[in-house]
Amino acid sequence: MRNSSSRRPEKRSKGVEVFDLRLYVAGQTPKSLAAISNLKKICSEHLEGQYRIEVIDLIKNPTLAQDHQILAIPTLVRSLPMPIRKIIGDLSNTARVLVGLDIRVPETKKRAAHA
Amino acid sequence: MPRRAKPSKPSGTAQASRVPELTPLEKSPTGIKGLDEISGGGLPKGRTTIVCGGPGCGKTMLGIEFLVRGALEFHEPGVLIAFEETPKDIATNVASLGFNIQELADKKKLFLDYVAIEPSEILETGDYDLEGLFIRLQNAVDAVGAKRVVLDTVEALFSTFSNPHILRAEFRRLFRWLNDRGLTTVITAERGDGTLTRHGLEEYVSDCVILLDHRVQDQISARRMRIVKYRGTKHGADEYPFLIDEQGMSVLPLTSLRLQHKASSERVSSGVPALDEMLEGKGYFKGASVLVSGTAGSGKTTLACSFADATCQAGERCLYIGLEESANQISRNMRSVGIDLDQWIEKGLLFHEAWRPSQFGMEMHLLRIHKLVEKIKPQSVIVDPITNLIGGASEKEVQSMLTRLMDFLKEAGITAVFVSLTQGGAILEKTAVGISSLADTWILLRDLESNGERNRCLYVLKSRGMAHSNQLREFVMTKHGIELIPAYIGPGGVLTGSSRLAQEAKERGDALARKQEIQRGQEEKKRKRVALQARIAALQAELTAEEEVTEQVIQEDENRERQLELDQKDMAKSRGVA
Repeated sequence: MRNSSSRRPEKRSKGVEVFDLRLYVAGQTPKSLAAISNLKKICSEHLEGQYRIEVIDLIKNPTLAQDHQILAIPTLVRSLPMPIRKIIGDLSNTARVLVGLDIRVPETKKRAAHA
Repeated sequence: MPRRAKPSKPSGTAQASRVPELTPLEKSPTGIKGLDEISGGGLPKGRTTIVCGGPGCGKTMLGIEFLVRGALEFHEPGVLIAFEETPKDIATNVASLGFNIQELADKKKLFLDYVAIEPSEILETGDYDLEGLFIRLQNAVDAVGAKRVVLDTVEALFSTFSNPHILRAEFRRLFRWLNDRGLTTVITAERGDGTLTRHGLEEYVSDCVILLDHRVQDQISARRMRIVKYRGTKHGADEYPFLIDEQGMSVLPLTSLRLQHKASSERVSSGVPALDEMLEGKGYFKGASVLVSGTAGSGKTTLACSFADATCQAGERCLYIGLEESANQISRNMRSVGIDLDQWIEKGLLFHEAWRPSQFGMEMHLLRIHKLVEKIKPQSVIVDPITNLIGGASEKEVQSMLTRLMDFLKEAGITAVFVSLTQGGAILEKTAVGISSLADTWILLRDLESNGERNRCLYVLKSRGMAHSNQLREFVMTKHGIELIPAYIGPGGVLTGSSRLAQEAKERGDALARKQEIQRGQEEKKRKRVALQARIAALQAELTAEEEVTEQVIQEDENRERQLELDQKDMAKSRGVA
């Protein structure tokens, strides 16, 4: 996958932060593909329109691994809002991802999820 | 992959001839002094070595020196993956050793990658692996064509990632990855309590394990290195002391105590002609160990400096290691006995190194001496005094160290003079730690006290291989150097100093008196002779006179007789008889 950025039309309302997310993968391994699909799912569910995803394939750009200090694959970096957050893994544990990205889930959604 | 050598089979078995020739394990030389010797050539090529030890032991230093020397001396570029210090910090730390890491990086001989690990930022949300590390490694290796890799310290990954299964799998993958690419790798690890490494890295990597130790004994720090394990190689299994100085690491290997040095028949002057005379007129053997012992102030340093002077005069190099006085002080003191050491220092024949023995531990001294000897290549070495080296070490350690030193110098054919201080009041012939048996020549300086003064004496207690004098000589330091005067041995015992002078004066007086007596006697005799001769002459004259008188009387008698006869004849005639 080349450096692609999928953008949703930003419906920014006052006070809502935009999430700038970068996902580092290495080729088309199952973990990488899982991470990409998991991320897309979580973002569409919880961040409607308030996010930007960039997927960086380190096989194609190996020097970025050193420049951006990436060790584990997959690694998800939230560069905005500050502070920078790093999450590793294929993002299958949604609850942890939400905690890691500091996404607050409104009560209604939570109840809906648990139902 | 290089095969490992099979363990040797006892010769004589039928099988031995059928065992195929296997290539021995290939080694990657480190360039670190002494380490290549004790490891039989270096670290295992294409495999991983663990260097473990406590904090501050020198693990990082070893790794970096391995890379730097690899790049500079063996044309093998290297990669350093640092997990704890930034490259800038590392570069600063090793700059003091004369390693310019930045320059090597610029020349593409070294690739530095700093892995920043911040565990607080990382949240694990599912399955992952450490592919990022592999990508970085591959990138680094490709950038410079590396053959050597150092991971310092890969244990940092343990504190970052909490999933033990993933970590274990990735470690296995990492070492296989390095192995497959034939990269000679060094990883550093913290020493564990009771285990080699804290996190048990040795279960993944056990081709070669080197343990570094840094202990403090009696306020003196000592560094030790031990090759705990080295598969497929005969290696020195003891602990070897090492030091880190401005040229990097140096390990002190045990000199092989095979006792197979060649013995030279050449002789060298001791610097004191009278002493040479006591040694068959020729001096010490070249390459011998000479021990000069005595109490404080007995002239040992002066004797040693005379030897240094003689060595330099012969155009040879001398290394003087002073452990008590500074070089300047010794030079000044020697001027008063007419020995000019400064001229030899200026001419580059005398190398005077001085340091306080309490500064370092035993092995450090030995190592320093080794390095100096290898750098300067002198023909003679003086250590003044060796008793200062003892410090807090045990007698066994000291004996072992001195044996090693003497062996090392003997093997190099260097004539060595060791100055030893004996405690006043102790039995002079008992030196500390029995080194006297190791020395070939033993010169004892002692003081004789008599008539309210102390005079120095010298005698040769032993000198292997030559008929040395057994006489005691008085040892006098004059403006022209050391002089040895035969001590007076007379009915009153051995006399030295002013009593000897007094005795000599008395003898001279006696001799003079006797001479005068004899002269007088001779004159007396002459006179007597003259007198007697006169008497004889007189008697002779008397005799002659008497004889004459007697002759005359006899003559007259005869005349009278004749006359009488004539008269009788006449008378008879006249009487008409006839």
